[in-house]
Amino acid sequence: MTATQRVKPALNPEKFATEIRRLVLLESKRAGVGHIGSSLSIADMIGLLYSSVLNISEPGDPERDRFILSKGHAVLAVYAALHLKGFITRDELGTFCNDGTSLCGHPEIGVPGIDFATGSLGMGLSFGVGCAVAARKTNSSRKTFVLVSDAELNEGSLWESVLFAGHHKLSNLVVLVDQNGQQALGYTKDVMDTSSVENKFKAFNWDVHVVDGHDCTQMRDTIDKLDFQSGAPHVLVCRTTFGKGVSFMHNKIEWHYLPMTEEQYEQAMTEINSSDA
Amino acid sequence: MRKAFIKKLVELAEKDPRIHLLTGDLGFFVVEPFADRFPDRFINAGVAEQNMMGMATGMAESGLIPFVYSIATFATLRPYEFIRNGPVLHNLPVKIVGIGGGVEYSHHGPTHFGLDDVGALRVQPGLSIITPCDSQQLSAALEKTWDAPGPAYYRLSKNEGVTVPGLDGRFAIGKIDLITHGQDALIIAMGNAAPEAAKAERTLAQNGINATVALVSSISPCPVEPLIESISRHRHVFTVEAHYINGGLGSMVSEVIAENGLNARLSRIAVRKNPHGSVGSEQFLYERLGISAQSIADTVVSCLNLATR
Repeated sequence: MTATQRVKPALNPEKFATEIRRLVLLESKRAGVGHIGSSLSIADMIGLLYSSVLNISEPGDPERDRFILSKGHAVLAVYAALHLKGFITRDELGTFCNDGTSLCGHPEIGVPGIDFATGSLGMGLSFGVGCAVAARKTNSSRKTFVLVSDAELNEGSLWESVLFAGHHKLSNLVVLVDQNGQQALGYTKDVMDTSSVENKFKAFNWDVHVVDGHDCTQMRDTIDKLDFQSGAPHVLVCRTTFGKGVSFMHNKIEWHYLPMTEEQYEQAMTEINSSDA
Repeated sequence: MRKAFIKKLVELAEKDPRIHLLTGDLGFFVVEPFADRFPDRFINAGVAEQNMMGMATGMAESGLIPFVYSIATFATLRPYEFIRNGPVLHNLPVKIVGIGGGVEYSHHGPTHFGLDDVGALRVQPGLSIITPCDSQQLSAALEKTWDAPGPAYYRLSKNEGVTVPGLDGRFAIGKIDLITHGQDALIIAMGNAAPEAAKAERTLAQNGINATVALVSSISPCPVEPLIESISRHRHVFTVEAHYINGGLGSMVSEVIAENGLNARLSRIAVRKNPHGSVGSEQFLYERLGISAQSIADTVVSCLNLATR
């Protein structure tokens, strides 16, 4: 796709997020794959970031803001956003999880708009720390956003990055925690309790904000007020509902894994469409 | 070799502002010349090697050339998956510098030994592995490879003032260096095992056995053709390395022999057992683990005697 074919998104964050949800349902159903609940959980964050926060005019622009989906298994929401941004075509999006595609179930480099391959949890924030350090070292105003899951907070390596960023006051770095309270085999409160994540980040000298991860206006207002020039790195602890928008997936562990049946797909799409009415 | 490394890195950094040095809180009396000259390009990442390697990945993606410095095992095995999913998968110019491969951290004990770093990293595609044999060669290797587009691992000796006779600072990617020429045996040595191999050659020569000594400082990419050429001229081939028996130089040479149908008998001289239980000086460990000059010479004599029976 050439630059002239690319379209600037005219959608507001909420509409953008709704389109992401539709595309997530469509493509996960077509491909017969899971990770649907995780993708729906972050749809509003991704919708906000790609519609009106990230400064990315071209995927290869060295001065673009960086975005790293550290919880790589929810990548379908990002592929949908990249399509809505005009970075990948609808036909390309339609190859998700097909034989020979580069649009696999976790972010893979080579896809326009994907900066880092992720999927092994606990790594993405360290990449983001490096991007933020590099921007500072080269006097660039570009910012780095990293989206992590609350289950990912189990990874010790992530806390190495949190400690480093807090110590070095990487104010050009923003972490969004998708706090949906679930992980692969259970609820986070039962596996490794991360419910007090805001206190943990505060203890590591971060600028902490607790927000509704489905309220684009609140998240946007919070990001607009962040000081990217000095002070601490920023974290938005985003309270979310796993599977948001599809009632039968809400907070259900199995929707980390399951693909949808025809009936489930019809119901899910009906609910998303009705929310957009 | 550490001081030669920093001296050369400072020299290169004068020319290219992309060069940054990251350390995992190690390098006392080593890194200071760089840190003092380029304080804004020096980062002590703390004792957090996983974050350090991931951070280097992000810095490299953003156009910088980070050198990541630590003791060999901490620079490679602790952040191994970060190396795999970071600079290797993204083909980024992160330059990993591991100090003290083998048993150079001697009395510090086995947790500080680097006996599996080369084997672990050799499987990673596109990762250059450079094992200089002395300080002069290290300087030449850095000069020729520092700005290569992909990732690299430099396995440096912590010993200073070592000079391998006949090497004269030569280095080329994908090549080997022959420092002696003899028809009775071919001794192929990797990096910091080169001095012991050179000493063994002298001992053998005094006993009437003439050996060719080939030094390998470019492990990846593998110097396939030069190895074929040298191995083809010998019936008896010995590999010498300060590394476990599997995965390193001996395995690499085995692959070259097998894949190219070469007619040579290979004996691998390397560490065959877990080194716990009895530590001491580096030389003590070389003797105990069978990779000292005398051990090498004894092995060569023994194999040649067996072959003539």
